[in-house]
Amino acid sequence: MPKVKLPRKSTAVDMTAMCDVAFLLLSFFILTTKFKAPDQLAVVTPKSVSTKPVEAKRVVQILMDKDGKIYFTVGDESVSEKQDIIDMVDQQKSLGLSSQEKAAFAKTGSYIGVPFTQLKSFLQLNADQLKKFNAPGIPIDTANNELTVWMNAAVRAFSVSGDKKMNLFVKGDNSAKYPSFKGVIDAFKKNEIFKFSMITDPEGVPEGTALFKKRQAGGKEE
Amino acid sequence: MAEMDTSSKGGGHKKGPGVKKGKKLSTRVDLTPMVDLGFLLITFFIFTTTMSQPTALKLFLPKDTEKIEEQNKIKESGALTIMLGKGNGVYYYEGLLLPDGSNFKMSNFKDIREEIINKKKATNPEDFVVVIKPGPEATYKNTVDILDEMTINDVKRYAMVDIFDTEIQLMKATEASAGIK
Repeated sequence: MPKVKLPRKSTAVDMTAMCDVAFLLLSFFILTTKFKAPDQLAVVTPKSVSTKPVEAKRVVQILMDKDGKIYFTVGDESVSEKQDIIDMVDQQKSLGLSSQEKAAFAKTGSYIGVPFTQLKSFLQLNADQLKKFNAPGIPIDTANNELTVWMNAAVRAFSVSGDKKMNLFVKGDNSAKYPSFKGVIDAFKKNEIFKFSMITDPEGVPEGTALFKKRQAGGKEE
Repeated sequence: MAEMDTSSKGGGHKKGPGVKKGKKLSTRVDLTPMVDLGFLLITFFIFTTTMSQPTALKLFLPKDTEKIEEQNKIKESGALTIMLGKGNGVYYYEGLLLPDGSNFKMSNFKDIREEIINKKKATNPEDFVVVIKPGPEATYKNTVDILDEMTINDVKRYAMVDIFDTEIQLMKATEASAGIK
């Protein structure tokens, strides 16, 4: 029998197509990517089935870290409100803050996590010192709930300046204990705030539940 | 394709005598490193991208009223009280807590859904209300999870209420006997 000669084929594959796909995907990801803003505090939020996106305007946010410490921040675009808030707090608690210290609060990305007694020295810190600063959190005990004062100022500042109310958010860490959250709620209640949102990560609805059926049917949720 | 047609099959202008033909170089480029680089960057962007935007879970608080006549009355038969303890523990009782604590039951986050659904089916929708009482050892995650459970099971009426001391005692006793740390 004659030997069958197999023609030797080249193993080189044309990479052009693959290259095209790779760069197409690359450009897609470059365009869609949105870098996370570096958070001052590492907070891992719990998950919920809620699908409502977080509104980013007129934000007042209460942060709760994993030790249950409370921080207060106002959205950066509400500059005049921020100014109003610090003015009111200064007046109400007669802290005697200088205009420089007030400006430190109004600047972008600032958050408050100290009792009023330390507020003056806290606002004097520069950026480097702030990084190292270990904030004790705003006191929220029943006897001395300082968040109430902050919330009061926020409510007044936002009602003066605009037609729309503030968007109040609580962003808490998974392992924060309930009493901290309770203190936050108490501060809200004292200021007659009965409506707020909690920031969560999206999660799928378990199959077979009432909500699952509702969404399948395309019903509206409130 | 990544190569150009450099062959001059047929046609093409004739070169004069004495003009040497230039050496034909292949224009084919090896694209493998480029593909490597492309995929490397893709992986980088996939990992750094944040596709899921955070969502907002709304909560409405009831108004605290001092006057008894203004307080919302709930029928005890339609009430389901859920308490949250340490170590992701869930405890519940239906209606009023009996003095001897015999209707105080232990559960967990998986089984409580069943319990809510059963109770919802068994009671008149008008009277059905869930009372949530997170204990001092419950975490924020537990609280959000149980509120989420209300949405999942389409519970219309629920309230977050302070826990009583007797309930904390019962919870602690149950935790101790079950060995929850």
